[in-house]
Amino acid sequence: MSKQPASERRLGVYVCHCGGNISDYVDVQAVVDAVKDEPGVVVAKHTMFACSDAGQQEMEEDIAANDLDGLVVASCSPKLHVVTFRGVAKRSGMNPYEYNQANIREQCSWTHTDDPAGATSKAIGLVRGVIARTRLSEALEPLVVETTQKALIIGGGVAGLRAAIGLADIGLGVFLVEREAELGGWVGRFGPIYPHERNGHELISSLIEEARKRPAIKIFTGAEIVSKTGSFGNYAVGVRVATEPPQTIQIEVGSIIVATGFDSYRPADGEFGSGMDGVATLPEFKELIDAAAGAGLRYRGKPVRSLAYIYCVGSRQPDGNEYCSRFCCTATAHASIRVAELDPNVRQYHLYRDIRTYGAFELLYTQARKDGAIYVKFPDDAPPVVAADKSGGLTVTVRDLLSGDEELEIPVDLVVQVTGMVPRANTDLVGLLKLPLGKDGFFNEIHPKLRPVETMVDGVLIAGACQGPKSSAESVASGLAAVTQSASVLKKGSAELDPLVATVDPDACTWCGKCLDACPYGAIEQLSLNGREVATISVAGCKGCGGCVPVCPENAIDLRGYTDAQITAMIDGLLQEAIA
Amino acid sequence: MTALAAAPVDTKARTAAPRILVFSTNNISDPGIDLAGSAHLHYSPGVRVISLPCTSGIRPSWILHAVQQGFDGVFIASDGDECAYLPDCAKRASRIVAEAQTLLKANGFEGQRLKMAAICSVCAENFAKHMTQFSEALAALPRPGAN
Repeated sequence: MSKQPASERRLGVYVCHCGGNISDYVDVQAVVDAVKDEPGVVVAKHTMFACSDAGQQEMEEDIAANDLDGLVVASCSPKLHVVTFRGVAKRSGMNPYEYNQANIREQCSWTHTDDPAGATSKAIGLVRGVIARTRLSEALEPLVVETTQKALIIGGGVAGLRAAIGLADIGLGVFLVEREAELGGWVGRFGPIYPHERNGHELISSLIEEARKRPAIKIFTGAEIVSKTGSFGNYAVGVRVATEPPQTIQIEVGSIIVATGFDSYRPADGEFGSGMDGVATLPEFKELIDAAAGAGLRYRGKPVRSLAYIYCVGSRQPDGNEYCSRFCCTATAHASIRVAELDPNVRQYHLYRDIRTYGAFELLYTQARKDGAIYVKFPDDAPPVVAADKSGGLTVTVRDLLSGDEELEIPVDLVVQVTGMVPRANTDLVGLLKLPLGKDGFFNEIHPKLRPVETMVDGVLIAGACQGPKSSAESVASGLAAVTQSASVLKKGSAELDPLVATVDPDACTWCGKCLDACPYGAIEQLSLNGREVATISVAGCKGCGGCVPVCPENAIDLRGYTDAQITAMIDGLLQEAIA
Repeated sequence: MTALAAAPVDTKARTAAPRILVFSTNNISDPGIDLAGSAHLHYSPGVRVISLPCTSGIRPSWILHAVQQGFDGVFIASDGDECAYLPDCAKRASRIVAEAQTLLKANGFEGQRLKMAAICSVCAENFAKHMTQFSEALAALPRPGAN
């Protein structure tokens, strides 16, 4: 079947099930059968999780036992695991650049869930293409670039502030840029917060104080990012600072941590009584509780004797935000406990769809019920209705699923809409940083478990609730994860980059100078070689874009890892999708 | 470890869908294409992607080779103005497309077999839409070399 000539190579090919992410749609056995007799293929297997310890171990053993000199894994996007599998190669004594990955998950099984036969035949083509490329791969050594030992943090909320302190303490310079005039974000406006009852405002004040003690941290408030150039290890960022008149300064950093936080969901007019007197959102209600100390819980001057919380306002809606905001069930149980502490006689009704007080927060849920709060579960398709009653109060009508589905009419002084977190409106920043957004509109990490704060843009990390709904404790944890991730590359002072640079075949080059004009980095020079003038490309100066490749009239330039021979062979391989 | 639920390959279905070679870029358009997969957006399985560092590194001869070897069309998912390497990447890419069009026509292939659009790292829906439309447009053309 194959058009390729016999090969001297000894390749190992592994087709990953990814649990069922791939194998539910792609017949991985058929893929293995189709490629096992390809020229150069010595080992061909499918594996449940190629990235697992056991999966990596198996490859390492195969490489040693069969003296393999090239490795192909057909699995997820190379963005996730090229580094992992290059590591497998390296540990086995194989040059890491002899490894190539076929993307049969994001670009195959997940896209063709509606067509398993089409997905399988496409996967065969994709794997053959990468085998063809790997047959022509060569051993290379990584390039080393110096990195700037400073980081930029965008957003001065709890995650950004804690990250700034962490970076400074680890010995890195920090620029902290906050759009608002004040640092602190949401937490800075809160009173006591769960799980430790620390006062949010005081917590932020102590973080600001700590940050200001550290000369390594430069803080800009009322400032915004206006430009970003450069690449991982060496970014140049323009920051518009609030001087009079405003001016743009340039800063140089090795990494960028985005910690821009969230917005609170704003219900539309009329949504669960929105706009009516006596209806407040969860953040507004928290302010009422914070203001109540000593004076009792009051709404617009009137004492609140009874209240109803309506859960999932704006969350888990088929036509709106489909996701669960995670923190709100717990935050509401916490608010309920605080109300009971203020006045145990306030009647509190929690109208919920499901309660998700995960982990130890279950204790808060239990405490709220012990304090007398009444929890009423309503059906997903019959949410509560809020109406004004004749006495000037509110009546909430709700079906109680757990008491024989009876309809209850609850008169209350206050309705609290339990609103979740939504992505911040940050169009300019999204456009500038080019960070992928998830379906929910929050910034997307590369992998929620394996690379939870890294993004598709090397050296740009995300932390806190800009990534998705998080509690303050979770935001701080991800901020510190971003610190560690930044430090792990910046502290070394240098980073390894792929040596996939352009090279000139001096025998084919006639020194026409066209490549010289095509390179804005000055990486190409003229060289006298054996009495002939030819082009030569500096390994350190070349950025590996390949922009000089198509301009050469003699086809004398190749980009390593993407050579003419490799791409041509890959094109041929991609078309060989039939099972032999 | 046997594969679950995957149906046997249907060769008729395979040949029916136009085959499209996509040239994407590692940092800009390939993440956008990955995102389309993560969102489970559907497009034809005739689409195959080769990812390069930068759109400006595509040799026009690769495009001709792809069509000669059996791809019905080539789609360049370009960096547009987002290229981190070359500020004039869009201009260079246009030149590559023009050269490739000339090559295609000189070899008896329709210019419509090559298409380019800027796909950014968050352009998932845009990419899926392009693939569906391009697939339909190519299906309307006679198969290359069918004369």
